[in-house]
This record gives sequence, structure tokens and C-alpha cells, in this order.
Amino acid sequence: MSTFVAITISGLALGSVYFLIASGLSLIYGLMDVLNFAHGIFLTLGAYAGFELASRLPIAAHAAGFLLTAAVAAACGAVIAAMTELVLIRPLYGRPVSQILVTIGLDLALVGLLLGIYGSNARVITVPAWLTGVTSLGSERIPNGDFVALGTGVAVLAALAWFLRQTRYGIIIRAGAENRDMVRALGINVGRAFTLVFTIGGAAAGLAGLLNSVVFNGGLVDPSQGDQLLIFAFIVVVIGGLGSLAGSAIAAVLVGLVQVYVSFYAGASAGLAQLGNVSVVLVLAIVLLARPGGLLGRTA
Amino acid sequence: MTGADTLAIEAAGLRADIGGSHILQGVDLQVPVGGVTALLGRNGVGKTTTLRALLGLQPASGTIRVLGHDVAGWPVHRIVRLGIGYVPEDRDVFTRLTVRENLRLAETGRQARYEQVYDLFPELRQRSGQLAGTLSGGQQQMLAIGRVLLHERPLLLVDEPTKGLAPLYVSEVIDALERIAASCTVLLVEQNVHVVRKLARQVVVLDHGSVVHSGPVGELTEDDVRRLLGVSGPA
Repeated sequence: MSTFVAITISGLALGSVYFLIASGLSLIYGLMDVLNFAHGIFLTLGAYAGFELASRLPIAAHAAGFLLTAAVAAACGAVIAAMTELVLIRPLYGRPVSQILVTIGLDLALVGLLLGIYGSNARVITVPAWLTGVTSLGSERIPNGDFVALGTGVAVLAALAWFLRQTRYGIIIRAGAENRDMVRALGINVGRAFTLVFTIGGAAAGLAGLLNSVVFNGGLVDPSQGDQLLIFAFIVVVIGGLGSLAGSAIAAVLVGLVQVYVSFYAGASAGLAQLGNVSVVLVLAIVLLARPGGLLGRTA
Repeated sequence: MTGADTLAIEAAGLRADIGGSHILQGVDLQVPVGGVTALLGRNGVGKTTTLRALLGLQPASGTIRVLGHDVAGWPVHRIVRLGIGYVPEDRDVFTRLTVRENLRLAETGRQARYEQVYDLFPELRQRSGQLAGTLSGGQQQMLAIGRVLLHERPLLLVDEPTKGLAPLYVSEVIDALERIAASCTVLLVEQNVHVVRKLARQVVVLDHGSVVHSGPVGELTEDDVRRLLGVSGPA
């Protein structure tokens, strides 16, 4: 039973990381109909920015240092995402195939750049010792990193929900997802909302990149981690429903839990480490058969 | 007084294609400042496309002068910020936002006239927390009109405001438009000739993508109505 609790918390933590990535993808698609295949590189660059800062920061092994590292990872993701929207995506609005090609191209180019700079060997991010420690809950030992990832996911979800409900730009984003032309016809510059959504999505991705490295990858960051996570994030977005933030949150938890449950209980006994990943694809297939638009998404 | 001062809208040679069809084929349109000018025509002649082209929502060629500015090529939000309100044909309220959020979206930073909107349409006040998608067609039309009245605007483009409404709401919307038109210019697309005769000073009739008649509404004969609009019976 106690193992079940630890595995569940691990699944929720993994779901939190997926949510951080998927939330941006979903908001971007919902408002702009852009399938952003460069989203993976936002999180990889966020993780590398965290690595660079932490390797130079004398207080990197302290809580304040980690908070600063996380802030820089998020800021890096935000800046790269905003630049991507302004320079590459904006001239291609209304041309979805070109957008897909340019985002794939950007991802390949920046992964190549990172390989050129850092090589294919993973680098280690300096983090506080408590982050790699465990907390005992009864007889069970829960990694502290799981709590950090879970707390971050919940905080970002709450912040995004507040932003979308309570702020004028949040209302513009929700309205734009429904009818962009009418938002323009109210005198609103939708282009600013586009940039803002990319920036928010990039910040969340940068944060996710750092957390994934620290919590699930032993502190390691490598150039291909973004692309690996992006596959699962797209699955989360499709299961949740394209454009639905709440759907992404539910789907992220579902995918995270299924992945760790199957990996731990079925994968370990069967000796098939990849069974957890396969189960996620199975969940995707079942959801799409039952609800082609995803759990909470608009229908195509 | 120059022509620019007396005309709220002046379009010349307006052309627009949709899906390979030539919808507008050189529309020359003049809308005088003040009162209601009605844009009439059979279904599919380009009335809605004309309104959308004036706002920049529909790509079009030709010259467009709105409220004294040459707006051809301007982005939509910049044209609208000249002081234009747009009430589209299908209302286009944001169904997943509340009534209050729909109105808040229309705020432009200046003092918003919520009380005036709520006085004109008291139902909107009662339903301010309700999702717009759950409103009736008439209530959605009130919301669509209400959001353009939130600020003083010199020009309103209103597309078939009575279409599909219950009779009770038709009279309420007509009364509202009559009051609104006392203080601004309205370009009204409307199929109902009775509504046009009640509200409009001028009429412009489109056919096959160009203007075939324009003048004071009093000069629109029953024969014109039958010939140009395909409407029979008392006009």
C-alpha cells in the first residue's frame, strides 16, 4: 500500500512536468492554431540555461540558488519562445504547413547547435542536496524532487487559471480561441496576445526542462531531452483536447499515473521497461476512439 | 464642408473574392454622416462581405475611406479603433465567456458606459454572470449590440440585427437601434424592408457584387423592392 502511495506521487509529479509542457502547446494551438514542434527545444534550452547558471552560481546548492536557476530557465524559455513567434511564426500566419516545417527546422537546428557546443554527453546541473533527498512518510520514502515537481505543476495550473479568468489578456486569449476575427473586430491587437501566449508557454516549458532534468533524469541535461518529452506532451494535449487547459491538466495526470503504474507493476514483473510508454499510446487510442475531440477539447 | 466631412464611409472600386468567386465587383459606396444608411440586396450579393471589407476582415482591393482616413491595408484593430462598432450577422458573442466578460472584452480603456448599456438592455444586467452561449438568440443580439455601445463610437456597422429573432426581440432591437442612430452613423444590412423604412434615411442596393441603386429611402418604390430585392407584397 505504501509503495502505491510513493508510485502515485511519482506519477503525479511526472504528470506535473507533462502539464507544464502541454499547457503551452495547448494554449498556443487553442489561440493560434499553430502546432509548435519547436516547443521541445524551449525546454531543452531552459534546462541548459539552468545548467549554465548553476555551474557559475556560488549559491547554486542552496534553495535560493535553485529558485534563481528555475527563474532563469523559465526566462530563457520565455525569451526564445517570444523570439520564435515574432521572427518565425508571425510572417507565416494562415500557412499551417509552413509553420510546422519552420518549427521542426528550428528544433533540428538548435538541437544541432547544442550538440556542437556541449557534445552528446549529458551535463549535470548543480542543485541543493535536499532536492535529491527523500522524505519518509510512514514506511515509504518519497523523493523530495517529486514534491517540488508536483507543487510547481499545481502552482502553474492555479496561476494560469487565475490569469485566464481574471485578467483582460486572459479573457482575450479565451475569446481568441473561440473567434479570432471577432476579437480583432473589437479593436484588440490579437498579435500581442499571440506573443504573450508563446511567451507563457515558453516559460512553462523552460521550467519543465529544468524540473525534468533534476527530478527524473538525475540532474542530467542533454540536447535530445526536449524532443523525447515533446512526444508525451503532444499525447497529453491530444488526450485532453486541443486548446483546453483543463483537459491538458487532467490528461497530464492520467498519462503520468498510467505510465508509472504500468512501468512499476507490469513493466517490472514482465521485464519490459518500455511497457509504460506503450500503455500511454494505448490510453491515447482508447480516448480518441471514445471521444475523437479529446476529453475536453473542441471538435475538429 | 468637404466630402470627407460629410461622408462617414467612402469606398470606390471595392473588389473581393471568396473561394474563387468574385463576390464584390467594384462596389462604390458612400455613407453620409449621421442617421442610418441601409445596405440592401438579395442573399449572397455581397452585403456582409462589404461590411467585412470595410473593417479589413475580408481582403479587398479598391479605396476605402472611413471617418476621414484611408484605411486600405490597415490591420483590423487599427480601423476599429477609429471609433467603429461592428455587430456581425451571427452575433458572434463569445459563447464560453460570461455576459460580463463579453462586455469587458469590448472595453477600450476609456470610461465604459455599463449603466447605459444595462439601461438599454436590462436583461444583460440580470444575466451578467451567465455564459453567453446559454442566452437566447435575442439576448445574444442585445449583447452583441451592447458591447459596441460600451463606448461612444461615431460609426456602427450592423449586419442583419433582426435575423432569426422572436417578434418581441425584433421590436426591442429596432427601438434600440433607433435610439442609437440619434447620436451616430449606422450602416445597416437588413433584409426586412419594414425595418429599413422605419430606421433608414438612405438606402444602397447591391446586386451581383456592385451598387445598383442608392438614394433616400422614400424614393425606394414598391417596384424597386420587387425588382432589386425579390420581395413581393406591401413594402
